[in-house]
Amino acid sequence: MADIDIAEEIPLPAQQRPPVVTSGVIGWLRANLFNSVFNTILTLLAVYFLVSTVPPLIRWMFIDAIWSAPNGQACHAAISQGAGACWAFIGEKWRFIFFGRFPYEEQWRPLFVIVIIIGLILASCDRRLWGRRLVLLWPAGLVIVGILMWGGVFGLRYVPTELWSGLPLTLILAVIGMAFAFPLAILLALGRRSKLPAVRMVSVAYIELVRGVPLITVLFMASVMLPLFLPAGVTIDKLLRAQVAFILFAAAYLAEVVRGGLQAIPKGQIEAADALGLGYWRRTRLIVLPQALAMVIPPLVNNFIGAFKNTSLVLIIGLFDLLNTANTALTDSSWQGFANEAYVFIAAIYFCFCFFMSRYSQMLERTFNRGHRR
Amino acid sequence: MSNAAEVLPDRMPAQIMIEMQAVHKWYGEFHVLKDINLVVGRGEKIVVCGPSGSGKSTMIRCINRLEEHQQGRIIVAGIELTSDLKHIEAIRREVGMVFQQFNLFPHLTVLENLTLAPIWVRKLPKKEAEETARYYLERVKIPEQANKYPGQLSGGQQQRVAIARSLCMKPEIMLFDEPTSALDPEMIKEVLDVMIELAQDGMTMVCVTHEMGFARTVGDMMVFMDRGEIVERAPPKDFFASPKSERTRLFLSQILAH
Repeated sequence: MADIDIAEEIPLPAQQRPPVVTSGVIGWLRANLFNSVFNTILTLLAVYFLVSTVPPLIRWMFIDAIWSAPNGQACHAAISQGAGACWAFIGEKWRFIFFGRFPYEEQWRPLFVIVIIIGLILASCDRRLWGRRLVLLWPAGLVIVGILMWGGVFGLRYVPTELWSGLPLTLILAVIGMAFAFPLAILLALGRRSKLPAVRMVSVAYIELVRGVPLITVLFMASVMLPLFLPAGVTIDKLLRAQVAFILFAAAYLAEVVRGGLQAIPKGQIEAADALGLGYWRRTRLIVLPQALAMVIPPLVNNFIGAFKNTSLVLIIGLFDLLNTANTALTDSSWQGFANEAYVFIAAIYFCFCFFMSRYSQMLERTFNRGHRR
Repeated sequence: MSNAAEVLPDRMPAQIMIEMQAVHKWYGEFHVLKDINLVVGRGEKIVVCGPSGSGKSTMIRCINRLEEHQQGRIIVAGIELTSDLKHIEAIRREVGMVFQQFNLFPHLTVLENLTLAPIWVRKLPKKEAEETARYYLERVKIPEQANKYPGQLSGGQQQRVAIARSLCMKPEIMLFDEPTSALDPEMIKEVLDVMIELAQDGMTMVCVTHEMGFARTVGDMMVFMDRGEIVERAPPKDFFASPKSERTRLFLSQILAH
């Protein structure tokens, strides 16, 4: 090949090494933190802020914390003596916060549900498993989740959805919500860019309508207004209504993110796919979507994280999600006044899931950008 | 105004692969193609040239329906182009196209770029598609790049992959839309060499290009377009030696001047 021959025939000039830039810790500090009066002031302010907040927080959370106590009064007595967080409260209430009103002796079932859902999520993260196997794994997993939660078969006691609560409820709402919202969002985004006026109008109307309404309103409509329109005697499960409302809401937001990706695909890609005779659906599936979705991973995951935390709004319509079980735990008369501990605890749980999503998205970005790197 | 009459007496190909009859196209009010008549026989190489904005790209893009014509008839490989999707897809299976900007799929490796359409459109088994792909990569002289991504290749290599990608569909006709215009000078030759080999193998080709050396070497007929119409058509020898129209002469003097 011509380009290689040239490189071989003409020797390159001797390679010069890049200059050495670093000069130790002090040099780095001086160059980055104290390189101007303004930056020096900012640095000092930041240091002051950290010193005055972080050590007290660590003291409250760990060093001075009370890890076990017989009841709330004992904790309050210790706190008035200068003790920190009363984690004994969580020790007493964690089961209620996790599983809520689910019958106490049956709580191994929601525990398994948590394990199964986390297992499904982790399996879905492994790119080697992507494909048909995963498509079979999910329905199978969800059927088992349903059997465990509802019961009524295999000698399991029947548990109505009103009693489902805590982390399993949050995970079910979030995972099923996103699993259905995402494909719906892709269809809406494609619909909005369709050449068919009817499809486009329906998509635009749907997206704009749902995006223009707060999630709380959608949830209220699903829980209060919808039953009014149903014929007498017909009832739809409240959890199902909330789940559908959540899916429809999340899909509208995700659709706009996906559309952003679709718009970034160069026209040449579509022409090349057309010229090869791929046709609309194959072109979309094989050429357009893989590139479009890879491009919008950051905003997509941003939306997923937002949607995950939005599940906590179902407490407004009386579902016992993780936030609501924590709230309920606070009303126990023998353990009152530990709101900080309860909220820090569930915040930590939410954080674990959201942080995982964020890290995973960064990994995905790296994998998918391999092809575009020059 | 009938160009067809002008063509038919001196050359009546054995098997007609592309036939355009009185084709017109407008972009809004702008008349981009005016009464285009063109017949391409099996194995013929047509080179289309003309100033920019003369409609040459639009014309060849009408052949596989990347652009829609609004009047006249286009018949490709015996199938008439109508708005019937079945016809369009049938024609696209038989017509390969190479673009100025390569348009390789950046998220797929070279091998995946080459096997995608054979697997999904021709329904070839993966193994067979890969064998075909490797054969054509060999022919365009980059077998060692099979597992790289397009972004890792030079422009000339990318364009050769693009040619191989089209060939993997075993098309009857190849369309080239300024295949060397986006390339650095030292890479033009490697692409033209591949195109010349393809021409010598008997492929039916329609090339929009300003590479006049290529036109002289393989072209059966030159078509000169200006302002949306075919101004002149002639075998390369006559076209370069004695252009009939003033516009052709002006165009040739401009591109051959340096």
